[in-house]
Amino acid sequence: MTTQRLYKPRISVLWWLSRRSYTLFVLRELSSLFVGWAVVYLLLLIRAVAGGPVAYQRFLHWSASPWAIVLNVVTAAFLLYHTVTFINLTPQAMVVQVRGRRVPPRLLLGPLYLAWLVVSAVLVWLVVG
Amino acid sequence: MSAIHDVVIVGGGAAGLRAAIAVAEADPRLSVAIVSKVYPMRSHTVSAEGGAAGVIGADDTIEEHIYDTISGGDWLCDQDAVEAFITEAPRELLRLEHWGCPWSREPDGHIAVRPFGGMKKMRTWFAADKTGFHLLHTLFQTSLKYPSVMRYDEWHVTRLLVDDGRVCGVVALELMSGRVEAIYGKAVILATGGCGRVFPFTTNAAIKTGDGMALAYHAGAPLKDMEFVQYHPTGLPFTGILITEAARAEGGWMLNKDGYRYLQDYNLGTPSPGPVLRSMELGPRDRLSQAFVKEQEKGRTIDTPYGPVVHLDLRHLGEKLIDTKLPFVRELCHKYQNIDPVHELVPVRPVVHYMMGGVHTDINGATALTGLYAAGETACVSINGANRLGSNSLPECLVFGARAGTAAAAYAGAAAPAGPAVEAQAADEQRRLEADLRGRGGRERIATIRTEMQTTIEGAAGIYRDGDTLAKAADKLRELRERAAVAALDDASRTFNTELTTALELTGMIDLAEAIVHSALRREESRGAHQRTDFPARDDERFLAHSLVYREADGTPRVEHRPVTITRWPPGERVYGR
Amino acid sequence: MPEEITLQVARYRPEQEDRPTFDEYKVPLRKDWAVLDGLNYIKDELDGTLSYRWSCRMGICGSCGARVNGEPKLTCGTFLTDYAPGPVRIEPLANFPIIRDLVVDLTDFLVKLGAVQPWLIRDEDKPVEEGEYLQTPAELDEYKQFSMCINCMLCYSACPVYGLDDKFLGPAAIALAQRYNLDSRDEGADRRLTVLSQPEGVWGCTFVGECSRACPKGVDPAGAIQRYKLTAATAAVKKLLMPWGQR
Ligand SMILES: Cc1cc2nc3c(=O)[nH]c(=O)nc-3n(C[C@H](O)[C@H](O)[C@H](O)COP(=O)(O)OP(=O)(O)OC[C@H]3O[C@@H](n4cnc5c(N)ncnc54)[C@H](O)[C@@H]3O)c2cc1C
Ligand code: SF4
Ligand code: FES
Repeated sequence: MTTQRLYKPRISVLWWLSRRSYTLFVLRELSSLFVGWAVVYLLLLIRAVAGGPVAYQRFLHWSASPWAIVLNVVTAAFLLYHTVTFINLTPQAMVVQVRGRRVPPRLLLGPLYLAWLVVSAVLVWLVVG
Repeated sequence: MSAIHDVVIVGGGAAGLRAAIAVAEADPRLSVAIVSKVYPMRSHTVSAEGGAAGVIGADDTIEEHIYDTISGGDWLCDQDAVEAFITEAPRELLRLEHWGCPWSREPDGHIAVRPFGGMKKMRTWFAADKTGFHLLHTLFQTSLKYPSVMRYDEWHVTRLLVDDGRVCGVVALELMSGRVEAIYGKAVILATGGCGRVFPFTTNAAIKTGDGMALAYHAGAPLKDMEFVQYHPTGLPFTGILITEAARAEGGWMLNKDGYRYLQDYNLGTPSPGPVLRSMELGPRDRLSQAFVKEQEKGRTIDTPYGPVVHLDLRHLGEKLIDTKLPFVRELCHKYQNIDPVHELVPVRPVVHYMMGGVHTDINGATALTGLYAAGETACVSINGANRLGSNSLPECLVFGARAGTAAAAYAGAAAPAGPAVEAQAADEQRRLEADLRGRGGRERIATIRTEMQTTIEGAAGIYRDGDTLAKAADKLRELRERAAVAALDDASRTFNTELTTALELTGMIDLAEAIVHSALRREESRGAHQRTDFPARDDERFLAHSLVYREADGTPRVEHRPVTITRWPPGERVYGR
Repeated sequence: MPEEITLQVARYRPEQEDRPTFDEYKVPLRKDWAVLDGLNYIKDELDGTLSYRWSCRMGICGSCGARVNGEPKLTCGTFLTDYAPGPVRIEPLANFPIIRDLVVDLTDFLVKLGAVQPWLIRDEDKPVEEGEYLQTPAELDEYKQFSMCINCMLCYSACPVYGLDDKFLGPAAIALAQRYNLDSRDEGADRRLTVLSQPEGVWGCTFVGECSRACPKGVDPAGAIQRYKLTAATAAVKKLLMPWGQR
């Protein structure tokens, strides 16, 4: 009788660079950090608004600092990435039937992006208008 | 260390899994072992494409299916066995439906059936053209719910343990660790499938080396009707991958090099555009394969680097039908032949496909040895006679798998445990395999001997045979048997040593090749898949009989004959296309 | 076309070495040869010690998976000419313990397969004598795709989540659970919920999508998982809102 010696391959630290989809996967995992930051930032904003004009001004000033801008631009990019992947995923999760036939997932994407655009447009109009 | 079970099943294909479930349902207290050299869902059943026959249509009757089977088998079937088989087949197929098999359906939700070769009515159930795949996975997944069923996955059985004429277990090699162990069972069921790999050009998977037949043969059980080897008329050249008969059942045509539907020249009916049951392309496989050889002799086949071919024409069926009913055919043609059957002709040639013969059993799967049962392609209950009808084999695995399981369960419930003599046998076998690993003396490669065996048997026991060639092949095989016993092994490792198992398979295959050749030599007539150019007629006077082949102590085969069971269908002429 | 092609085959001989190495072999480069034909040539003619699994050589038994130039593939359905002039690197599937050479240990998957109860579950079985359960072609189509899985494990090899944490149930096991959940004859979805909705179940998946790209049979396990997430989430919300409901 022998003792079994299985070889368990180790995963290298840089495994996620070996393939685009793995890199995207790790970046997406990372994006949750930024989603978290966006929420914190929103809360800070609300606190500033509640704290009166001075607090609000200080908040604006602080937001204009170079590092905050950089952080927020990066956050926006990650949020965008997060949203796009989320939308692309939806048709995989939802099966929509029209007259007994499954609607091809690709066709579902159009309305989803459209809805996203519309909501964003409304928000922009609310803020700017 | 060794394990003790009530029933040990060798093989995890359709027959083995069905048997295991039958034992578990007969008595949940019985412990069942499935020992298989590959994971059960890899078993060769997975490759079956076309379908499984069982009378279900309102216009169909049990009698008609029986008649088709018996005449298709050229009256070499045992008629009591056929009757039991055909009566029970529909229930087995329904049971599979209840276990979740995704059978193709009619628009109203009922089971759909398709025509098949040699069948007078539409009665072949199908799951698109992956019937065997769905059937096997359904059985395997269903088997997981029975706690009394234990699996030995990737254990290669090398020997049966026999105590005074009573089989009481097996010895098996665990591939992963290399340990050799006795697995005791009060009853043993062989469900190891066919032996197509004895031949060089076959539809059969690599694992189809006939191990169970060889194991039984060694242990003293006779093999039956080994000379009946089925050639399927439509295999892809080079790979031997099967293009299912369903392609012709859906309306495909066989064309020679002039684009002519040549089957009309061979007493198989007259061509009509759509498929006609029991006619032309839907004739039986033996006749279609023989027609190919005749066409070749007339110079009307097409030469390719992989031998002569004819064409299978599916173009007129249209893309939609091909995609719903024959998607796998399209996938296989595309992948392995680089053609699209929707627009192109498919090159095909006859290919070894199925073994009608096997371990001799009675109607309950019991072999000549007490405690040993067999079912599926490895067994010969004698429902296929001299030529099996397509789509009868999967239901055979189910019906006789279940019957063998039930019979083995009843026997195991009452049988005494194994005596001490078998422990010595197990130790003996361990020593034999150890010695193999240390080296076997010879220098020849296994592949060399295997290739020689395959060309020998193909030359002698192909679609047409004659006495002289068979006799020469018998001598050659005896020589190969000796060479194989000492063939060299490069690999001395214990871990997953597939060279060792290949060597074990080879010695078994040579035994089977000898059994085939000797049985063929002794049958001086032509019947079904066994065509002798020196005895071109069927001879019911002398050979309305099964061949039984026994292994003598020195390894040579001894052939005997025993009468066929005829009940209600006296031998007649095989009529197709009329 | 050159006459030969070099195969760099990963070897692991547990009785002799601690880690895998590569051996190089030259095999004929023929038009019809799959990578598997190359391996068989090595085994038969050059080196009988090479171990790998195969059987059907027609892409249906699921035995012959390996990584070919890094991609998980069925070696019987991957052709040498597509890699000419070579060399071609052949390694065992990733993310599984290696037993020897190209042979990996699949025990983990079989345990997981059993855990999702991949069999038809009915509240009450109909006797076989009463005939089949009706199922329309449309109902069949609902789960058909997920029933096509050949258990080849290419998806596990492609899945980084499984690679990082082998407790994850994984693509094929979840797809097969969905195969039964979506079958109109089945009533066992509730019983499968516990296993599927645990953290190592569908929630382990972060939708890399590589499994569906690797799958040779178009099963789309990633799709199965995403669909199930919706089901599991709905079930969780229902339970939250109606904790007194029986289900
Ligand atoms: C390409 C193809 C298509 C077919 N299509 C059809 C069809 O459409 N309709 C039809 O009715 N029939 C068809 N057949 C025939 C049918 O598929 C087979 O006859 C049937 O599947 C055999 O099943 P089985 O259970 O007897 O054996 P298999 O499925 O071959 O299983 C054999 C089992 O035995 C095990 N085993 C073997 N040797 C050992 C050993 N030494 N130790 C341990 N385990 C061992 C194997 O691991 C395996 O699990 C087809 C056959 C082929 C080749
Ligand atoms: S889902 Fe696809 S890749 Fe994964 S095991 Fe099944 S067939 Fe293979
Ligand atoms: S050998 Fe069966 S899938 Fe490749």
